[in-house]
Amino acid sequence: MPSSTPDSVLPKTVLEVRDLKVHFPVMAGAVVRKQVGSVKAVDGVSFDVRRGETLGLVGESGCGKSTTGLAVLRMIDITSGRVVFEGQDISGLDRGQMRPIRRRMQMVYQDPFGSLNPRMKVSEIVGEPLEVHGLAGDRAVYRERVASLLDMVGLLPDMADRYPHEFSGGQRQRIGIARALALEPSLIICDEPVSALDVSIQAQVVNLFQELQERLGLTYVFIAHDLAVVRHISHRIAVMYLGRIVEIASRGELYREPLHPYTQALLAAIPIPDPEVEASRPQQIITGEVPSAMRPPPGCRFHTRCPQAMDVCKSVDPPMREMAGGRAVACHLHAG
Amino acid sequence: MGAPLLSVRHLSTEFRTERGTVRAVDDVSFDLKAGETLAIVGESGSGKSVTAMSILRLIPDPPGRITAGEVVFGGQDLLKLDDHAIRAIRGNRIAMIFQEPMSSLNPSLTVGLQIAEPINLHRKTPWAKAIDMAAELLARVRLPDAKSRVKSYPHQFSGGMRQRAMIAMALACQPQLIIADEPTTALDVTVQAQILALLKEVTRAANSALILITHDLGVVARYADRVCVMYGGRIVEAGPAREIYARPRHPYTIGLMASIPRLDQEAGQRLVPIEGQPPNLAKLPAGCAFAPRCRRATEICRNERPSLAQSAPDHLSACHFHAQLNA
Repeated sequence: MPSSTPDSVLPKTVLEVRDLKVHFPVMAGAVVRKQVGSVKAVDGVSFDVRRGETLGLVGESGCGKSTTGLAVLRMIDITSGRVVFEGQDISGLDRGQMRPIRRRMQMVYQDPFGSLNPRMKVSEIVGEPLEVHGLAGDRAVYRERVASLLDMVGLLPDMADRYPHEFSGGQRQRIGIARALALEPSLIICDEPVSALDVSIQAQVVNLFQELQERLGLTYVFIAHDLAVVRHISHRIAVMYLGRIVEIASRGELYREPLHPYTQALLAAIPIPDPEVEASRPQQIITGEVPSAMRPPPGCRFHTRCPQAMDVCKSVDPPMREMAGGRAVACHLHAG
Repeated sequence: MGAPLLSVRHLSTEFRTERGTVRAVDDVSFDLKAGETLAIVGESGSGKSVTAMSILRLIPDPPGRITAGEVVFGGQDLLKLDDHAIRAIRGNRIAMIFQEPMSSLNPSLTVGLQIAEPINLHRKTPWAKAIDMAAELLARVRLPDAKSRVKSYPHQFSGGMRQRAMIAMALACQPQLIIADEPTTALDVTVQAQILALLKEVTRAANSALILITHDLGVVARYADRVCVMYGGRIVEAGPAREIYARPRHPYTIGLMASIPRLDQEAGQRLVPIEGQPPNLAKLPAGCAFAPRCRRATEICRNERPSLAQSAPDHLSACHFHAQLNA
């Protein structure tokens, strides 16, 4: 796909997130509304994503992975911190200033049923971003562009005149991907893009993401709760817990040598589809559930469920510690 | 060994829809022994949930109707019982656990009362004693502060706690069979592991049989003794879990296993997807339902529906070419 800027002059790091915080106010009172607290959905998250790379964001509900994705795209307000996209700090930009930048960062959503307008034809859904940004051109060019986008995601050109309800879940997700590709973005945030799909369809869409990345040099942030899928598609993985990243590792290291007790717990909780392997695997299941993000535990947020918690973990919040090979972990066991 | 605890024979369930009659479950047969865990695995529309609902006659009629078959449990055909008799079995000798605990719990009654209800109803235990037993059951499913929690309402519980309460309710009358329909799909990964381990532990302790309805091949591998794989309303493969995973004898099962990423494999290889779309039950092909997506399909697959036949000892497959697969 032709790009307005040659890749060689673009920075190697597509996305740089520094100490990102997104706090939602919690209001109470029927007559006089006042803030009684805040949900610290994202509470000091830092990571880099390099060009052509897939960074996986994984964690359980309430860990802040989806909020992080929305904040990076500036679709929700950032409380504090910095988001640098292709060398430009976008954390303070207003809507108008964000417009040209939005072209280069797009989103693919989880729900292929809810995220497509049922009254619009596929050609309108896929072509709408072109119109919004005044890039539609004349009719023939527009139709050709839509056809090539559909082809890119494995749909047939004659599907352009049909409506979303005529498509299966996997096909709808392809339509969503074609729409995201329309403006030739460099970064795509994928928020649980395969979790609503049947098992046999997930692999089709996962493969499509990988093929598009190779062909177009795309950079992905891939958000999902399914660690097996995330590990498969991502080059590096950031494990999140209660608004924080607790560990960042390459996909190989993450399984071979997980450092954070939460990463270890997450891996142990996921069954491997092989009864022989499962029979010989130690079944260490952590207890408890994720605490409320309104009142995260003091010290390390995981200490209430951590099988290896020490006294220091109850009071001192462990900082993220950078290690060799781009690894990082926030745990007192690895304080060095 | 003796007779199986549950024997489902040629079960068919249909739904009348605007687009005609849909056979959601088509000629399904399987046996279950006491203390055994059977996983019924399949994707949406495969008929796995409708099979489970049909066993307990929980199919809403209309639009649904069980059109054929037998469900023999403890020597009697559940499909022939009158309403009173089937109600005496539900929640008593066979209990069911659903995916969404919030929608199967009554929001206006305390959790304790809801667990005590089947004990009072089926065992005629006085309420005060039944509530005490509810507290014991909540402790057995390791709910923290079980004694005081009997007075809580469902909305005061987290998702995992509600599912623990559902398991306590299912255990209330010491059922011989528990049917769990995607019991952990709505839960977080670590909580899912807790709940499934608990379910397995309590059923084993009580020597109850468990039917686990799931789409997750990992869950099947960790918890099931036996497996039925469903596709397009029919069982396409059945046998012991280890045998099915080691030597799958149906192209759909083989395809599923190749299409899911495994944590213990080197990352980075391409997955091998099953091409095409899941079948539309209203427009099933004349032959094998999987034929349109099957790389091995030939003329006979498109025209003739394969029956579920013995492929290896204790291993059934509904594929014309089962003998050539993993032989």
